[in-house]
Amino acid sequence: MTGRARRVWSGQAIFVAWATVVAVGIVAPFVVYPVFAMNVLVMALFASAFNLLLGYSGLLSFGHAAFLGSAAYVTGWAAKSWHLPVLVSMGAGVAVATVLGLLFGVLALRRSGIYFAMITLGLAQVVYFLVVQMPWTGGEDGLQGIPRGTFLGIDLGNSFAMYYFTYAVFLAAFWLIQRTIHSPFGQVLRAIRENEPRAISLGYDVQRYKLLAFVISASLAGLAGSLKAVALQFATLGDVAWQRSGEVVLMTLLGGMGTVLGPSVGALLVVTMENYLSSLGSWVTVITGTVFVVMVMAFRRGLVGEIKALFARRS
Amino acid sequence: MPDDLILETRDVVKEFRGFVAVAGVSLKVKRGSIHGLIGPNGAGKTTMFNLLTRFLPATRGSILHRGEDVTRLPAAQVARRGVVRSFQISAVFPSLTALENVRIALQRPLGTSFRFWAPARSLSVLDDRARALLGDVDLAALADVPAGELPYGRKRALELATTLALEPEVLLLDEPTAGMGHEDVGRVAELIKRVAKGRTVLMVEHNLSVVADLCDTITVLARGAVLAEGSYAQVSSDPAVREAYIGSAA
Ligand SMILES: Nc1ncnc2c1ncn2[C@@H]1O[C@H](COP(=O)(O)OP(=O)(O)OP(=O)(O)O)[C@@H](O)[C@H]1O
Ligand SMILES: [Mg+2]
Repeated sequence: MTGRARRVWSGQAIFVAWATVVAVGIVAPFVVYPVFAMNVLVMALFASAFNLLLGYSGLLSFGHAAFLGSAAYVTGWAAKSWHLPVLVSMGAGVAVATVLGLLFGVLALRRSGIYFAMITLGLAQVVYFLVVQMPWTGGEDGLQGIPRGTFLGIDLGNSFAMYYFTYAVFLAAFWLIQRTIHSPFGQVLRAIRENEPRAISLGYDVQRYKLLAFVISASLAGLAGSLKAVALQFATLGDVAWQRSGEVVLMTLLGGMGTVLGPSVGALLVVTMENYLSSLGSWVTVITGTVFVVMVMAFRRGLVGEIKALFARRS
Repeated sequence: MPDDLILETRDVVKEFRGFVAVAGVSLKVKRGSIHGLIGPNGAGKTTMFNLLTRFLPATRGSILHRGEDVTRLPAAQVARRGVVRSFQISAVFPSLTALENVRIALQRPLGTSFRFWAPARSLSVLDDRARALLGDVDLAALADVPAGELPYGRKRALELATTLALEPEVLLLDEPTAGMGHEDVGRVAELIKRVAKGRTVLMVEHNLSVVADLCDTITVLARGAVLAEGSYAQVSSDPAVREAYIGSAA
């Protein structure tokens, strides 16, 4: 393939990706329950934020639930107890996730590989412990009945209104992630992931780039958490638990890490399974586990990754 | 005259868990020279590069650049001072095109590398310079090919173009012609000669005809220590050097 054809092809791929996301998103609430669709969107955003780190910076965090969960709690609390406007509550959640992200990043980036992952896990466990201990988080019950409020005079209590609000936030964040990947900063991240010593020899302070990637990823994971608190109207221990950190790895790998759409597809798969199989009780985990093993064995690049590879071979 | 020296080590030692890879080397690289570092396999040449560019901390001894102590500086900062290395195994960014590889080097001085919100096209102002640099190493026609798909010799040329994009004051080249066919060797040697004008080059090289042709001064390392130093004629007639080379069948 010539360079020009490659560029046209990648331009087409980006267009197709966007057209798919927009079209599916617009009709979704007419096809499935809006609450279910919102759950998918929130998890898709969470996984896309995670993918920015794993897929484009090569850093495996095992503590991303801390950002999702803490933002969900803070947003829920701000909306419920202080009756702050929805955007302000969400902003507070994102701010807390960002600060946590900075803290986690500074500490965990002192190590690499498995040690990096373990530090993020350890720190996330500390956050979990704090959430359990603090009185305002509602312990085992979590925060329930978080008010959605209004946005530009529109009552978000209406499921359709809430859905399209969620969708707009998702699209904005999805766009920002794309922009980041292709930005000058994203180019440096790619360079670092592909050959770190070479990037250093070109004068890049690679740790600072990784830290910024980590903080952006944490902020966006926080945005997913804030959105979740408002859309689904609750925040629970499940959002800060380590299982949630594992689930996001699973969603990203299922869909295809380092691909634009992969994490969203993975989130759709996982949330669908959890939702429609929930009557089976604890068998859900067995089924998702099995599906995951089979998919990873069969499609090492994830669903979207394999489809991309297929098209790349044919053209 | 000390400020004649652009790079210097003083009794530098590197131990790897008790194994002494570099055993007190004092190296003096003159500004504007092409300095060869040769020696049998495992002599410590790459380790010297790692010490000079701060990719590895020295166990003992000191390293000076322009007479200033850089023994404790971070590697990236040494690179920004203008001491830029290449790698023994060709170091490119495989999924980036040749053009993008060179642009990575060009974009840092632009100061926009932390701008995650800036569009991709904000880098296209660098394209002309990147293409010119690729042209210098005969890679202009391959500008849009991912670096990973280039043949080995072309990868090395790309690596050189990327390094030159930084306009380094000192170039450290680790076996720039290794693994190349005869034709490519000649081409790279010519290129080094050309880019060495106005710069200092320190190069590790096994191809002795390249060394003889290019280098003003040669330091021979063996088992982590300096065995001989001087012009090619001087070191090649040194009996100790001959023995070290025959002994290792190089
Ligand atoms: N990171 C390391 N850990 C342990 N030992 C090392 C390390 N790097 C190098 N060595 C050892 O130090 C010695 C010198 O290695 P070095 O790579 O500097 O040799 P060299 O002169 O570049 O050889 P070559 O011509 O084969 O490239 C070797 O015995 C090598 O095994
Ligand atoms: Mg070597």
